[in-house]
Amino acid sequence: MPQVTLTVNGASHTVEVEGRTLLVELLREKLRLTGTHVGCDTSQCGACVVHVNGDSVKSCTLLALQADGAEITTIEGLAKPDGTLHPMQEAFREYHALQCGFCTPGMVMSAIDLVQKHPQGLSEKEIREGLEGNLCRCTGYHNIVKAIAAAQDVMHGRRAELAPAAE
Amino acid sequence: MYDFAYHKPTTVADAVKILSADPEARPISGGQTLLPALKHRLNKPTAVVDLSGIAELKGIRREGDRLVIGALAKHGEVANSPEVKAAIPALAQMASTIGDTQVRNRGTIGGSVSNNDPAADYPAAVLGLDATVVTDKRRIAADDFFQGMFTTALEPGELLVAIEFPIPEKAGYAKMRNPASRYVMAGVFVARTKSGTRVVVNGAGPGVFRQAEMETALAANWSADAVAGVKQSPDGLNGDIHGSAEYRAHLVTVMAKRAVANAG
Ligand SMILES: Cc1cc2nc3c(=O)[nH]c(=O)nc-3n(C[C@H](O)[C@H](O)[C@H](O)COP(=O)(O)OP(=O)(O)OC[C@H]3O[C@@H](n4cnc5c(N)ncnc54)[C@H](O)[C@@H]3O)c2cc1C
Repeated sequence: MPQVTLTVNGASHTVEVEGRTLLVELLREKLRLTGTHVGCDTSQCGACVVHVNGDSVKSCTLLALQADGAEITTIEGLAKPDGTLHPMQEAFREYHALQCGFCTPGMVMSAIDLVQKHPQGLSEKEIREGLEGNLCRCTGYHNIVKAIAAAQDVMHGRRAELAPAAE
Repeated sequence: MYDFAYHKPTTVADAVKILSADPEARPISGGQTLLPALKHRLNKPTAVVDLSGIAELKGIRREGDRLVIGALAKHGEVANSPEVKAAIPALAQMASTIGDTQVRNRGTIGGSVSNNDPAADYPAAVLGLDATVVTDKRRIAADDFFQGMFTTALEPGELLVAIEFPIPEKAGYAKMRNPASRYVMAGVFVARTKSGTRVVVNGAGPGVFRQAEMETALAANWSADAVAGVKQSPDGLNGDIHGSAEYRAHLVTVMAKRAVANAG
């Protein structure tokens, strides 16, 4: 069987895979990193978004072998070892940016890529457009957009702490 | 998905060798079309040949009065490329509207143009700008390349290497998206180029096509008003649950007006 070597959340792994093994299958089934979800499995919903060499991609639409040699970050790789949440995770918590939570890992990974690629800051409209590849079937977009708007100020160092959500 | 072997050659010659030795092997670039198709078991390749390690297929560069875009250029790269933005802003703008961020981080111009989905964006620009498709064997004019739904002049095992876009005087694109799939229902690309005025329709029919009456009208008078009076016939256009052929025909004129306005 072919082998793939990749770095996931800072740790190197060499794993035997089939030609058809998807990156998301490698993450969930071989590495037991089940924070990355499979929603639609048709490249639409974005529940499976991870970062590959710093870009957000749908891990259900990438062969594990295509990720050979890549640096992968999943939702499990965001918090600090002491449990301190990434500002985007903290913002999702503070702004109650989820209902059932199924889409959340993908939303957070897409949101971080979106914010990192726009150091000049994003308007509400740009945030909504930037989430085109992520579907929330609880239709909880409103708080998700607010969370991302708040998190970007912390991520870009414009605020030391997250702006609290309104009561 | 059925299982398959995986190859990752580093030269076009090696890729072509693998593909010609095995007619059931398929190239893969971004995989944003091929992998969903394989999941549906729409085809059953014995092997996929990953092109992403081939340096000859990469890069975006200006060569005189042409912009050359390598097959592996991702939609996101084209959208953000300073060369593309300076030479053909309409092309960068188009790329920025293909799918979503994650699709744009993987999908490539070579994959999109080889696939020739009737609702894809890039074929409209390739035909509208009178571009040349460069393969491992030959150079193909856009007018000869697109041959209807999911069909191109590429022969089995032939690789798209790059696309050469002559830099136009003006170009613009407008599309109406299906609100659910976000794929184009009807789009129009307009350009004033050295070889003449071109108007191309995508999404509305079984493949991209030139709208001759609109080309004549725009050549005489480059303005949104000039195309406003030209009606597209619904004959042969797509009609489905998303919209009738008549609706798409109506959209063609509306999109043509907007495309001219976008071109400035
Ligand atoms: C959710 C979603 C939304 C999308 N929305 C849009 C949209 O709005 N507009 C749009 O235009 N597209 C859209 N797409 C399609 C997307 O643009 C694809 O990336 C593109 O069509 C295929 O490019 P690829 O590199 O992924 O090709 P692949 O999937 O790797 O390949 C596609 C086909 O081309 C062949 N091929 C690939 N490269 C070459 C080559 N160099 N030479 C010869 N043959 C080759 C493959 O064998 C395969 O048959 C969307 C896709 C998804 C998943």
